[in-house]
Amino acid sequence: MSNPLDLARETLLSPVGIDDGKLQHIMSRLMSSRLDAADLFFQYSRQESWVLDDGIIREGSFNLEQGAGLRAISGDKTGFAYTEDLHLENLLEAASCAHAITRAGENQSLAVTGEKPQQPLYPAANPLQSLPDEDKIQLMKKLDETARAADPRVRQVSVNLVASHDTILIMDNEGRLAADLRPLVLCYVNVIVEQDGRREQAGSGGGCRGSLDYFLQQERGLGYAREAVRQALVNLEAVDTPAGAMTVVLGSGWPGILLHEAVGHGLEGDFNRKGLSAFAGRIGEKVASSLCTVVDDGTLPGRRGSLTVDDEGTPTSNTMLIENGVLKGYMQDKLNARLMGMQPTGNGRRESYACLPLPRMTNTYMLPGQQEPEEIIRSVKKGLYAVNFAGGQVDITSGKFVFSLSEAYLIEDGRITAPVKGATLIGNGPEVLTRVSMLGNDLALDQGVGTCGKDGQSVPVGVGQPTMKVDEITVGGTAV
Amino acid sequence: MNSVEQLESMVADLLAEARKQGASAADAAVSSSAGLSLTVRLGEVETIEHTRDQGLGISVYFGKRKGSANTTDLKPAALREAVSKACTIARHTSEDDCAGLADPRCLANNYPELNLYHPWDLDMEQAKALALETEQAARDYDSRISNSEGATLSTQTGSFIYGNSNGFVGGYPSSRHSLNCVVLAQDGDCMQRDYWYDSRRDWRDLKPAQTIGEKAAANAVAKLNGRKLGTCQAPVIFRADIASHLLRSLTGALRGHAQYRRSSFLLDSLEQQIFPDWVTVTEDPHIEKGLASAPFDNEGVATRPKAIIEQGIIQTYLLDSYSACRLQMQTTGNAGGVRNLAVSSGDLNLEQMLREMGTGLLVTELMGQGVNGVTGDYSRGAAGFWVENGEIQYPVEEITIAGNLKEMYCDLVTIGNDTDIPGSIQTGSWWIRQMTIAGN
Repeated sequence: MSNPLDLARETLLSPVGIDDGKLQHIMSRLMSSRLDAADLFFQYSRQESWVLDDGIIREGSFNLEQGAGLRAISGDKTGFAYTEDLHLENLLEAASCAHAITRAGENQSLAVTGEKPQQPLYPAANPLQSLPDEDKIQLMKKLDETARAADPRVRQVSVNLVASHDTILIMDNEGRLAADLRPLVLCYVNVIVEQDGRREQAGSGGGCRGSLDYFLQQERGLGYAREAVRQALVNLEAVDTPAGAMTVVLGSGWPGILLHEAVGHGLEGDFNRKGLSAFAGRIGEKVASSLCTVVDDGTLPGRRGSLTVDDEGTPTSNTMLIENGVLKGYMQDKLNARLMGMQPTGNGRRESYACLPLPRMTNTYMLPGQQEPEEIIRSVKKGLYAVNFAGGQVDITSGKFVFSLSEAYLIEDGRITAPVKGATLIGNGPEVLTRVSMLGNDLALDQGVGTCGKDGQSVPVGVGQPTMKVDEITVGGTAV
Repeated sequence: MNSVEQLESMVADLLAEARKQGASAADAAVSSSAGLSLTVRLGEVETIEHTRDQGLGISVYFGKRKGSANTTDLKPAALREAVSKACTIARHTSEDDCAGLADPRCLANNYPELNLYHPWDLDMEQAKALALETEQAARDYDSRISNSEGATLSTQTGSFIYGNSNGFVGGYPSSRHSLNCVVLAQDGDCMQRDYWYDSRRDWRDLKPAQTIGEKAAANAVAKLNGRKLGTCQAPVIFRADIASHLLRSLTGALRGHAQYRRSSFLLDSLEQQIFPDWVTVTEDPHIEKGLASAPFDNEGVATRPKAIIEQGIIQTYLLDSYSACRLQMQTTGNAGGVRNLAVSSGDLNLEQMLREMGTGLLVTELMGQGVNGVTGDYSRGAAGFWVENGEIQYPVEEITIAGNLKEMYCDLVTIGNDTDIPGSIQTGSWWIRQMTIAGN
């Protein structure tokens, strides 16, 4: 039994005795004659997380989450109810609540059919069982030892190891069923270093949709420990950041968070349908320098932001957002695609059964350019080289975005010089990419730790980009 | 939704199950809530959500080893699975001398009734009418209000129970009702959004729909046609609702976890003066109808009102049992956080503060993370208004403000008396002598 749909039925529906006939019954309760769409979303999730802190395995936690969300849509109106109890009477009650958004109508009958199965982008196996518990503990202790052994200035180390497994099953109002089994693993190392009374911190980690073996392969886990120490030691030497507008070279990989904040959110379907985004109504317009081509690609095998099908059952796709500087398209869920007369792009995502789906990013990245990264640095007389980032935020209406740098250096006369601390970049989304003047040939995706928040819902995402030179961004710092 | 009594018996069963599976001690917390959230946008209902949330967390101890589990499924099979998983985990965590339940002598045996439960018997039509009135007030406020993200009314009631194997069991029902509004203002190519909200335990205390809508609209309109500033150093006033972030950074640095891990910018700072001597910060978990009020903390320890800062001097860290043990101190009843902070306020309202300041920046919005809890380095995106001759001149945006929290606390000139802000933190606006502003 390797078909995801069969596995999902076995996990979610069989234990509570829900068969196709009962699914039809719930759907007819949910639907009415004036309804445009409806869906049932079933979820069964298990997550395990471990924390090593201060040299000991201090905490371990197991999380169990299960439930169903029922949605009824008429025009742009949505009724929504959910229940953690999957027995028929609870599902029917939730269906009645959700359907209250619309006028009562006739029941319709429908046939339940399986969606054409998609080739899964990741293994179905439960990652919680991918390593014996003893080996998980050993791995974490090894990372702690490695970080402490890397430098005598390391004072504190914490290691987080998280594995989760989601089984979801979706039925739409035409009776189509889709299912997905989603593994997700994450490992993160945080260190504090101290020298002459000055303390600094840094972290590094990675993850994927796969098994915990991932962290053992190619010494990835050890790499996170070494990288966290390296960054923290750099920060010990960091000087105050000069404040003001300057040329900024963004490193490859994780700095792609700039794309996520500066343009990604502004290209989500809901904000554009409602005219709330600074990018609303601008398809076909030039919004970036001709060097820039940006995609949102949910189909990359095993990536943290990837999904075989989204949370509405739509297969994910590689969506062109900006091509050679011209705005090409938005990321869509079913509701906003229908109301805008566009096609869903497989970007309908929800944090859990208890949340409504929204258009969300998957893996958002910029395609590579022609230049050697060294050449780009050499071209800058005075500026900032931004390599690693903490979080960011955007106001999609004004287009203003901001994010914090966790590792950055001054560029002076074409050379990377002193590290700087406490730097923040702030800019305007629709403007910043028009100032991209050089693009590296070194496209890299991030290591798999990104989480995006919208309307209080968190979902895993990926970002990426090549080395990129932006002619002017405002840099926040304390030195004038 | 489950009643307090049902949840109590569930907790008792769980603790018994943990014992049966060999745990030497255990505790469990369970919560259950139900409610309605209704959003209108541009005069029409957009979403109706029937919310119904529940969750249970259990920790088991095998001597000095601990394991935890959480579940949203409260049926017996899921509860047994949760207990069993927590026990499995406890076999792999390390011996930890500080692991364990709270000292029984600290538990809240008699705790106050804090008047937190005020259910709102509101039907869908009434909910819709209130949300519509809020949004309409915003849209009518100014012709430049061009679009709306909507107004949302949400109402929720719930119960919370905590119990442990030292015989403590306590719980209480509570409610929370909120009304918020987000609108867009437009002038030419410039588009700005802003919001306002209110949130209360008792729905009768909610600010009028009209007030919330108008305030959201006024905020959005005021931001239109913002300019950047030249990079400079200048005095900065954090408007009261924004100043609460500076207090959160303070309490974050005083948390036991940050102290024993030595990851705080206020390390070993007990009894040190970090503010001017007129500054007092207090925590009062016992405010009736308080949004963050709680009679006992997440370990069953009695909460109590206390001074955190007095005459500018740090009076206490904020400790749970574990961090207290690590620091060889006593728990302060802060497992789960701080509850209802208040800071001493001065005599000036915001307008008077602007006049006193003369020239500088009024910050009404912060963006991004930019606060380093280990070093106190502070560098955040900001928007607000440029002030000259004691009066607002024009809105500013796309700037950052930077400094170090330790210096900012020292450099506090005054705190306003404009403390009427929603939420559990009571503070007026903060005037900081000088920060670095980055712009053009």
